[in-house]
Amino acid sequence: MAKLRKFKEAIIEKLIFLSGIASIVFVALIFIFLLREGISVLKSTSLGAFLGGKFWYPISDPPKFGILPLILGSLLVTLGAIAMAVPLGIAAAFYIAEVAPFRLRNILKSFVEILSAIPSVVLGFLGITILVPFLKRFLDLPTGLTAFAGSIMLAFMAMPTIISISEDAINAVPREYKEGAIALGATHWQTLHRVIIHGALPGIIAAAMLGIGRVFGETMAVMMVTGNAAVIPNSLFEPVRTLTATIAAEMGEAAKGSPHYNALFAIGIVLFVISFLINLTADLFLNRSRKR
Amino acid sequence: MKKLCPAVLFLWLSQSFFLCPASAVPPDQKSASIQIKGSDTMVNLGQAWAEAFNAIHSNVNVAVTGGGSGTGIAAMINGTCDIAESSRAVEEKEIKQAEAKGIRFNQEAVALDGIAVVVHPSNPIKNLTMDQLREIFMGNIKSWKILGGPDWPIVLLSREVNSGTHIFFKEHVLRRGKKKAQEEFSPGALMMPSSYAIAEEVANNENTIGYYGMGYISPRQKVIAVAKDAQSPFVEPTLPAVRTNAYPISRPLYLYTNGTPKGVVKEFIDFAYSKEGQEIVKKTDFVPIR
Repeated sequence: MAKLRKFKEAIIEKLIFLSGIASIVFVALIFIFLLREGISVLKSTSLGAFLGGKFWYPISDPPKFGILPLILGSLLVTLGAIAMAVPLGIAAAFYIAEVAPFRLRNILKSFVEILSAIPSVVLGFLGITILVPFLKRFLDLPTGLTAFAGSIMLAFMAMPTIISISEDAINAVPREYKEGAIALGATHWQTLHRVIIHGALPGIIAAAMLGIGRVFGETMAVMMVTGNAAVIPNSLFEPVRTLTATIAAEMGEAAKGSPHYNALFAIGIVLFVISFLINLTADLFLNRSRKR
Repeated sequence: MKKLCPAVLFLWLSQSFFLCPASAVPPDQKSASIQIKGSDTMVNLGQAWAEAFNAIHSNVNVAVTGGGSGTGIAAMINGTCDIAESSRAVEEKEIKQAEAKGIRFNQEAVALDGIAVVVHPSNPIKNLTMDQLREIFMGNIKSWKILGGPDWPIVLLSREVNSGTHIFFKEHVLRRGKKKAQEEFSPGALMMPSSYAIAEEVANNENTIGYYGMGYISPRQKVIAVAKDAQSPFVEPTLPAVRTNAYPISRPLYLYTNGTPKGVVKEFIDFAYSKEGQEIVKKTDFVPIR
């Protein structure tokens, strides 16, 4: 009987172990797969021409696989979104965690959750029917399909991440800090911006980084509102094409094993590496904030 | 066990990635299905055919999806569809890729399509020559003023590269029909995911110029009359103009099968050519071939 129980436990242990390492295995497999399919792009173009090329004409003969405009497009949209979402998100987190009355706090929190639950294609749909024509008229642009429209959409999507993680970080600041500051005669505002913000800073930075990660990898809403012109952008108010939108728009057309197919996987590698770096930075800051 | 698991997982993953089986259609079975995939331009036509075909053959399940001609042809090469709808002929490159997988394209031209060039209704420009269109879409003419219009910037709208309409427009207008030419769309051209998106943006933005299959023509966009060259008359994309080849931007629409069609696939193609099938072509705003 005891033997059977031991045997059972051993099996359960193994199963739990498997589920535990599954995510590592999956990430590794995905990366291997990406690498295997993407690396052959170097047969049709050099690394420099791939990362630094200014023209993306994937189906021409000979094709041009220059993803510089796409990288810059992704970065521009992300920067724009972050410039909007980070200050707003952090301010909202402070309001929810420190200022708002208890009842309002719960209402706000559930609305933030609802915001995060809106599918991106729905946001994109609203963007193309409402935001894009509005931007064109309001800013007198040649077209409303611009990086700026994408940034606004993405700011909406990054806000819930930034708010909830920042709020956790603020709540994690030891109570004594706050009590000490108030005991020393600091006002509520002084306590907030001289004491609590310092305690919560690593967590807030991590929140911002995770928000950036969310924005950088987003596809659908961006594809619908940014115009998708593969041109190096001069400002936020011009059309851009992002890395993600390029994969999504062209993957269906590329026959397996063709240079175009490999180039799209190579874009996948670039995306993977950049997202990985963003998440790694976020993790470093998150760990620092936990150690305190 | 520990060593085995990743290997098993990988095998399983690679299977589901690589070996998506073709939905083979055994002709003798009671209920059968046909997977049709490809050109966005033809998706409505395919859908209308499928519905009418289904009314006669109620045991055959016909599924029609879009995505672009390239998508359909790629699906045929990868063995995931029975009929590929395409608004362009298959390329040398694709024939070779198909041969490597043991697939031989069989081409059926079932209808004709004129590509309409459209602008916002408030744009006073009515006529353009092929050369002017070429200069506009290559980004060499940047303002409507140069063409005698108002002082508005020109915003170019193009379809994505997976669209047969995109490829046809590039080869026919930009490259003047020369396959080896190197002309490209201006990198600043906006790549729209569908003909619908082009129609919407043209209807809402007075700076734009775009193109789509003539099935999409509506009063919310203004259709440009096009002339082959400076000496030729300006012609609008109408049924008789496309049929007599008077309109310069028109093309055949194809159905591709793997080898000579058999069974229900053959029945479907025969239906497309039939009087009723060609009537549907006309109803969906394309030009019948028979």
